[in-house]
Amino acid sequence: MKAMSRLHQFANPMRFARLSQAILPWAIGLTVVLMAVGLYWGLVVSPVDYQQGDTVRIMYVHVPAAWMAMFTYVFMAAASAAGLIWRHPLADIAAKSAAPIGAGFTFLALVTGALWGQPMWGTWWVWDGRLTSVLILFFLYLGYMALWQAYDEPAKASRAAAILALVGVVNVPIIHYSVEWWNTLHQPASVLKIGGPSIDPSMLWPLLIMALAFNAYFVVVLLWRMRSEILARRIHIVLMQRAAS
Amino acid sequence: MSPFLQTIRRDLILARRQGASAFLAVGFFVVAASLFPFAVGPDPDVLASIGAGVIWVSALLATLLSLDRLFQADFEDGSLDLLVLAPQPLFLLVLAKTIAHWLTTALPLIIAAPLLAMFMAIPPEGFAPLMLAMLIGTPALSLIGAVGAALTVGMRRGGVLLSLLVLPLYIPVLIFSVASISAALIGQDGSPAMMLLGALSLFSLVLAPPAAAAALRLSLE
Repeated sequence: MKAMSRLHQFANPMRFARLSQAILPWAIGLTVVLMAVGLYWGLVVSPVDYQQGDTVRIMYVHVPAAWMAMFTYVFMAAASAAGLIWRHPLADIAAKSAAPIGAGFTFLALVTGALWGQPMWGTWWVWDGRLTSVLILFFLYLGYMALWQAYDEPAKASRAAAILALVGVVNVPIIHYSVEWWNTLHQPASVLKIGGPSIDPSMLWPLLIMALAFNAYFVVVLLWRMRSEILARRIHIVLMQRAAS
Repeated sequence: MSPFLQTIRRDLILARRQGASAFLAVGFFVVAASLFPFAVGPDPDVLASIGAGVIWVSALLATLLSLDRLFQADFEDGSLDLLVLAPQPLFLLVLAKTIAHWLTTALPLIIAAPLLAMFMAIPPEGFAPLMLAMLIGTPALSLIGAVGAALTVGMRRGGVLLSLLVLPLYIPVLIFSVASISAALIGQDGSPAMMLLGALSLFSLVLAPPAAAAALRLSLE
């Protein structure tokens, strides 16, 4: 609870504005550096796969995007829970701001996966367990974002969206395992193999750097979106007051 | 009679007063499932291979269409406000309404299922697993749907949003129910999938009413 009371210090929007203003330049710098290093290392320097050749380089974008897609959903659910339980004002804004970022990562994972699948498997899409789970995750993000849009008042929308996010996060493991089970029941004729066996350090390092880069990117865009959401709400209040007077 | 049972009774009486319109969901169920033979051709083998899935997807969509009835009418005439203000725990009253909804929507679907199984050329030994899977799985559909209905009650375009919210959550129910029926049809043991289906229904029995109650309080502010 002490941690929560410390976090409540940041509930003040002015303080959040100042804090995010201080963090953002560093986060942007970190993102640029990590992206540059990671992309160069992954896309140019790292070794080719003995089976896949150069197409394995899609992995350096595809895998971090998929990790971020799932991480963002958990972040969204945690922020929603914090908003529901402790009524922290910024928690709802954080959840709302994170959703489109997560949907974007999910979409990126699906598209890069399809681009990878075409040379590897000969098909743009296959109902593999993981692809199917990520597709359903994408639908969950869309539903969450749609629910925010459906309410006029942000306060009500935030609580409804929080309920949906928590119901969804409970369902994500269920969906994942049921899809895995469904997929093993309906085994395709050929065995699909993604990547090689264990991953070599020369591939692991650029992968981890890309994952950190995507995380830094997430922080930057999240802070931007939260700042603009707070400003948008202020504008909304001012307009309402002007209309009422 | 306890308030819980009275709420069930009230909803059943209201559904009966609606007369034929209470069976619209069943009508949609039959018509939608009957479209598939026109789409894929009359070959019995093809129909039998997709039959269980087609029947379940049609049941999902029919349940979705009927979820409107759960809270909307009460919202419009103000009795939902009274339910929320009642001294009984709201999740119990929500559970009562969901039970009444299941009785008036899912039970007719289960009774109509053998007819559709015949349309989809499913062999007779598949009828019992189909009805059992629907009996075990449709409570989960009603319960998860109740959460979605509570979130979207009173909204203008609530029906479409409800579908988008609820259909991804229905996917595990669909997977396990079709798996159990398919296993039974090829002579294997369908009970693992059936039990997982039951687990989903029990899980949603515990979690869905409180979530729907919270969503109702929110929608009625």
